[in-house]
Amino acid sequence: MSSSVVALTIISGIVAVGSCAGFYARSHHKMDLEQWTVGGRGFGVVLVWLLMAGEQYTTFTFLGASGWAYSKGGPVLYILAYQPLMCVVAFYILPLISEIGRKHRLQTQPDFFQVRYGSRYLSAFVALVGVVSLLPYSQLQLTGLGLIVEVASFGGIHRTPAMIIAFTIVAAFVFVSGVRGVAWVSIIKDVLLLGAAVFVGIAVPYMYFGGIGPMFAALARAKPSHLTMPGATADLGHGWYISSVLLTSAAFYMWPQFFAASFTARNGNILRRNAIVMPLYSITMPLMFIVGFTAVLVLPGMSDSNLALLTIVRKTFPAWFLGVVGGAGALTAMVPAAIQLLTGATMFAKNLCRPILAPGMTDQQVGWLARIMVLVLTAGAMLLAIHSSATLVSLLLLGYDGVAQLFPGVVLGLFSRRVTTSGVFAGLATGISITAALILTGRDPYHGLNAGFIALCFNFAVTGLVSLVTPVHAGELDATLFAVSTSENTEGASLT
Amino acid sequence: MKRPSLRSILLGLIPFAGACFSVALWDRVYPMVLGLPFNFFWLISWLLLTPLCLWGAYRVDAPRTERPPREGSGTR
Repeated sequence: MSSSVVALTIISGIVAVGSCAGFYARSHHKMDLEQWTVGGRGFGVVLVWLLMAGEQYTTFTFLGASGWAYSKGGPVLYILAYQPLMCVVAFYILPLISEIGRKHRLQTQPDFFQVRYGSRYLSAFVALVGVVSLLPYSQLQLTGLGLIVEVASFGGIHRTPAMIIAFTIVAAFVFVSGVRGVAWVSIIKDVLLLGAAVFVGIAVPYMYFGGIGPMFAALARAKPSHLTMPGATADLGHGWYISSVLLTSAAFYMWPQFFAASFTARNGNILRRNAIVMPLYSITMPLMFIVGFTAVLVLPGMSDSNLALLTIVRKTFPAWFLGVVGGAGALTAMVPAAIQLLTGATMFAKNLCRPILAPGMTDQQVGWLARIMVLVLTAGAMLLAIHSSATLVSLLLLGYDGVAQLFPGVVLGLFSRRVTTSGVFAGLATGISITAALILTGRDPYHGLNAGFIALCFNFAVTGLVSLVTPVHAGELDATLFAVSTSENTEGASLT
Repeated sequence: MKRPSLRSILLGLIPFAGACFSVALWDRVYPMVLGLPFNFFWLISWLLLTPLCLWGAYRVDAPRTERPPREGSGTR
């Protein structure tokens, strides 16, 4: 058997086992919309952890982190900083969001805006921002998956058929099993990815330099400026670092899928404990960087930095191992993509279509529309991926900075009674416009600062100012959210 | 609904000070620690220190949000 056949067989095997786990998850549960989107709100600390960790490490972190270490150097450290810091943000806001979610039986992020601000137009706007931001993100997973198959087959299989097959599988298990399926596939993916990352991160520098220490010593001698900021870039300095770390740690749990993951938890304390241990999971990230840094010396001059990790694995190890890494990478693309599709589809059906276009729909019809939308969004992401262009990375940034603009509405909404619907609407619109204007005209970073961060500052300011001059309407939440409650213990009672 | 207390939020600000705002102080290659460039080592240590700070914050607020244990009410 040729190396490409070996590698591809192993990748397909891993994908097949993962998919079976996804389908199997269905067998114990009746799949209504509640079960499909938030797993019946019965997940304990282990499943929530797996789900959140599983969604968080996408193929962009897997291929992108080593690629950034390779092509940009020092600025890649921002990834290492935002990962623990977003857990800090999660620690304070997710338990509150989760408790509101349980009380009001929320399933999606726009549902939260609906009950907090009592406006279906704001909620639909949030859903629209979410769906539009998610599309390029799922598309990026697809592209990553295509790259993996292309490298593993030594160029023998074109990425398009590979993407079509893999995403048919993803759409199928999301369609059938919903969020539970995704959580179980995460387990397989995490074990594989952890194993592969630890092994590759330690073995690759060892084989070329005799260890991680000697590799860094050699790199510091050969390219002294590569390891600090701005590294190999012109404008990613300390101002950019601080603004990006702040923006990303604020934005992360504003992704509708991560936001909604907090609804799967059985109670708020599970989320707090989860946030405490989550930074430890990021320990695999430095290993990805190390592979990228090693590639700087071993494989200089690669044109596509996203291929750094896979190429060095292919060059260093036997084909079966490339298969294992590729399989881990494929699941790393499929799990987040599945969640993204599920979230986008649910938001579209429940928060955009029903309240605005067809108020008469029953819950069951919404459930079916959501499932059909999974297929539509998959097809959409597929088309984008096949006709991809060089501006895709900026589209992803746009998505990231776009969801970040939801932060003021969520945080001010949780902590202040004074913030108003018009305030949040105006702030969000301002933030989105500034983000789009700066990124689409190629001004990111702008004056050494992250463009989304600048937009977020304006967003906060506008939200605050407009809130001061408009009347308060806190929706249905007013009584529960801002009452000085001494009866916290009765909370579990509403759960039957 | 209980909000986090001020003490707990102050504990949560420590990782931001250590891993974000202070970047100019530690973004350097030397001295290398355990074979890692200093900035790299510094951020890795915050992967371990952040859980400590959050655990502290959890302890500060835990008595306020403690609920009766719901043992035996497993979902499966």
